[in-house]
Amino acid sequence: MWSRRGFLRATAGLCAAACVRTSERALRFWAMGREGEVATQLLRVFERENPGLRVEVEQLPWSAAHEKLLTAFAGDATPDLAQMGNTWLPEFVALDALEPLDSRIRGSGQVDPADYDLGIVDTNQVDGRQYGVPWYVDTRVLFYRRDLLELAGYGAPPRDWDEWLRMLSAIEERVGPERYALLLPLNEYEPMVALWLQQGEPLLRDDGRYGNFRSPGFARTLAFYLSMFERHLAPSIGSNELSNVWNEFARGYFSFYISGPWQIGEFKRRLPPALEPLWATAPLPGPHGPGASIAGGASLALFRRSRHKPAAFRLVEFLSRPEVQQQFYRLTGNLPARRSAWAAPGPAQDPHALAFRDQLTRVRSVPKVPEWERIATELRLVMEKVVRGEIPASGAAGELDARADRILEKRRFMLDRRAGR
Amino acid sequence: MRPSRAGWLFAAPALVAIAVFFVVPVVAALLMSTTDFDIYALADLRNVRFVGLLNYLRLLERPLFWRALFNTFFFVVVGVPLSIAVSLGTALLLHSPLARLKGFFRTALFAPVVTTLAAVAVVWIFLLHARYGLFNYGLSFLGLHPIDWLGDPHWAMPAIVLLSVWKNFGYNMIILLAGLQAIPGDLYEAAQLDGAGAGAIFRHVTIPSLAPMLLMVSLLTMSGHFQLFAEPYVMTQGGPAEHTVTVLYLMYEDGFKWWSLGSASAVAFVLFAFMLGFSLIQARVARRVGAR
Amino acid sequence: MRRPIASLMVNLALLLAALVTLFPLAWMVSASFMAPGEASTYPPPMLPQAPTLANYRLLFAEHGILRQVANSLFISLLATALSLTFNLSAGYAFAKLRFRGRERLFRLLLGALIVPAQVTMLPLFLMLKEMGLVNTYAGALVPWLASVFGIYLVRQYALTVPGEILEAARMDGAGELRIFLSVVLPLLKPIIVTLAVLTFLGCWNDFMWPLIVLTDHAVQTLPVVLAALSREHVQDVELMMAGAVITVLPVLLLFLGLQRYYLRGLLVGSVKG
Repeated sequence: MWSRRGFLRATAGLCAAACVRTSERALRFWAMGREGEVATQLLRVFERENPGLRVEVEQLPWSAAHEKLLTAFAGDATPDLAQMGNTWLPEFVALDALEPLDSRIRGSGQVDPADYDLGIVDTNQVDGRQYGVPWYVDTRVLFYRRDLLELAGYGAPPRDWDEWLRMLSAIEERVGPERYALLLPLNEYEPMVALWLQQGEPLLRDDGRYGNFRSPGFARTLAFYLSMFERHLAPSIGSNELSNVWNEFARGYFSFYISGPWQIGEFKRRLPPALEPLWATAPLPGPHGPGASIAGGASLALFRRSRHKPAAFRLVEFLSRPEVQQQFYRLTGNLPARRSAWAAPGPAQDPHALAFRDQLTRVRSVPKVPEWERIATELRLVMEKVVRGEIPASGAAGELDARADRILEKRRFMLDRRAGR
Repeated sequence: MRPSRAGWLFAAPALVAIAVFFVVPVVAALLMSTTDFDIYALADLRNVRFVGLLNYLRLLERPLFWRALFNTFFFVVVGVPLSIAVSLGTALLLHSPLARLKGFFRTALFAPVVTTLAAVAVVWIFLLHARYGLFNYGLSFLGLHPIDWLGDPHWAMPAIVLLSVWKNFGYNMIILLAGLQAIPGDLYEAAQLDGAGAGAIFRHVTIPSLAPMLLMVSLLTMSGHFQLFAEPYVMTQGGPAEHTVTVLYLMYEDGFKWWSLGSASAVAFVLFAFMLGFSLIQARVARRVGAR
Repeated sequence: MRRPIASLMVNLALLLAALVTLFPLAWMVSASFMAPGEASTYPPPMLPQAPTLANYRLLFAEHGILRQVANSLFISLLATALSLTFNLSAGYAFAKLRFRGRERLFRLLLGALIVPAQVTMLPLFLMLKEMGLVNTYAGALVPWLASVFGIYLVRQYALTVPGEILEAARMDGAGELRIFLSVVLPLLKPIIVTLAVLTFLGCWNDFMWPLIVLTDHAVQTLPVVLAALSREHVQDVELMMAGAVITVLPVLLLFLGLQRYYLRGLLVGSVKG
């Protein structure tokens, strides 16, 4: 026999408990992928140095991170600071979600703007103000099987598209119809964007008001990209359909892969040791010689709504220390953003990192437009449809421009309004 | 306290909750669907524009919308009859006087209904795996080629149909079983005395007696099928190539991934309109059939 | 009447159906005890070679899934308690307490059933954001406070309470609240259990709304966290199966224990007009 009063009291108590959020005295730090996994390790020292300050690391998978950050913003549940892909910064600045960091950086003894490459600092600047502190730099290069390339008759990686195509065809002839030469996952847009950036033309027209997909540069990139599938050089699958990307690379299912610096750490961890001397990295070949790649990387950004901004910035400073950057590199393979962190043993010595070092001198940014993530997603979706034969290749550019223009409509309205038109 | 005042007081908490957390949002959704509320508006409400029916018109211009409609209709048109057929079949089996261990079978067949959809969807991802999944292993025993269930655009939605039938047939089975048990025995006796065989009995006694219940079950099942979301979200993320994007999935992505809340609200109301339309049509058809 | 062949066929068919129904669940349990990587081999194994608790240990120790178990439990229990409170009183009122516009209001409520809940989710999210309830347990509870179906269920059952008992109690001078608590509720016990079971199961299994309103791992429920894990760990089959078992097992057991009430709830809503 349960008493009514007891029941009501219990319910009321539970209700009260339901309204309380997670602890207020901890710093909430959102990090993605492998970085999220190692962050807790890195931060133990920080917590020791700052007694009474706890850091709660929320690990997000990259595939959901952008969505979750937006959701947090929409729901007023943003963390204190977060790792953010630097291509996302313009979007969150447009939303007025991030805290400008200029004064904090100026007053900081740890974060020295001169120790960062100008190009990298630039990706963190929106409208002339600094909204993120670069954490690591990132771009896309080739990862390839040296042994399979040699078997096909080539001793060095390709330097331009024509050479690349010849090498891929040679490999494909040797490995047969059950295997491929190159992996271009249909659920990633980065390879296509990297190849398009190599053309040297803007991806969006008129200060990001309209799509630029009907340009000759995109047409050339599209043809090149599609030829990979038409010539059976790349499988028409997404990375989810592979049971395990590393196993497949090890067994030679594909010989070339376009990926980022974290793969160095992952390859070392997940590939059998016998494979270690057999793979290498190389800068991306471009249409007429070594090509450009995506200026990527992640930054640390503070959210406006945070109630622990000084403490959060201390965490940023900690993660920006050259020693900590090097330790981070050792744990993840991610390349440090600070030049001085490159000097010490580690990044400079690793032969695999050399390709990245070289590629970083030839990087280009994607449009700094809040809608970019959405447009890139549409690019990926349309590419998948073309590869699967649902949209003819001739219609792709028009379709993409239509989708991009529709997405950018609000931006045009806002820009016009600001200009007083 | 007079009963009438007590009546209002007793009903008040629930009515207030429904008013605040249901009625108000529905009206708000309708209003929002006439604006271009988006992420800019979330940042600053002054960035909202009233656009009338433009969201709805824009939807009609989006290929993805028509794709989502097609995918959803496919799921409804294929999934509902299949599900009800299996439910009816198993109900008939359970109803048969020849069946043994009825309690055990009833529980076993109903079990998937109470399981968590997200969890079983994850299980089915692996059962449907192109190389290591047991479904394809089973197909290989029948001498058939393995199917890339979740990777092949033409098989992804059928795979989801299979999962949905497996998960939900037990629900209607229980209802139809109760309906079968409610058919008076004299109807069967009379038919048998008239010399009717099993097939004729089924057509002329069972089905007509069950008709109102079948109608209700179809309505409920259709309504549920229109709201397909969790399976595409967990298993295919709308892919491959947008072949498992449903109307609700489109609403979720537009609304909670890209924060185009105005457009997403329009999608929600389109869904509502379709469900309402279908229910009315089916009710009309049922009335006509019942009158016969 | 002996019809051995027909009998065999019927029972065989039932057995086959039961196997098909239970097989995925059985495999789920079996794979959760396999060693990491064991399930991704060809031919696919049905039973683990050397059953291990490694996946469960990983879930609890490294992924801290106990937190999400607690969240699911907490939210489902609270949803059940609140739902009972709101729906029982309203259902009783619609059945037995006469007030003006009662029948019309009830028909209006039934009409609301046609509107899919997802229409409300977007504005509800914004509303909760203003109230500061996004990413809180309270936010997840909001849809469970009162449901038209719950009120309908209670009303159907409460209609069977004889009016004379209520009149007698009133004549004895008892207040309405007292009558409700001491006379009516005990009579409604079966439907209370039914509603409790339906609400608990529904809330535990709920996916879309918790996905939307709960953004931090710390407050998420099991289905949501399982979906998130399945995206990150698409390669780790055995780990995912262990997570699925943890999610599904409690409700399955609850159902097995309280089948009667669950099935009755299912039927009350459907059989009677």
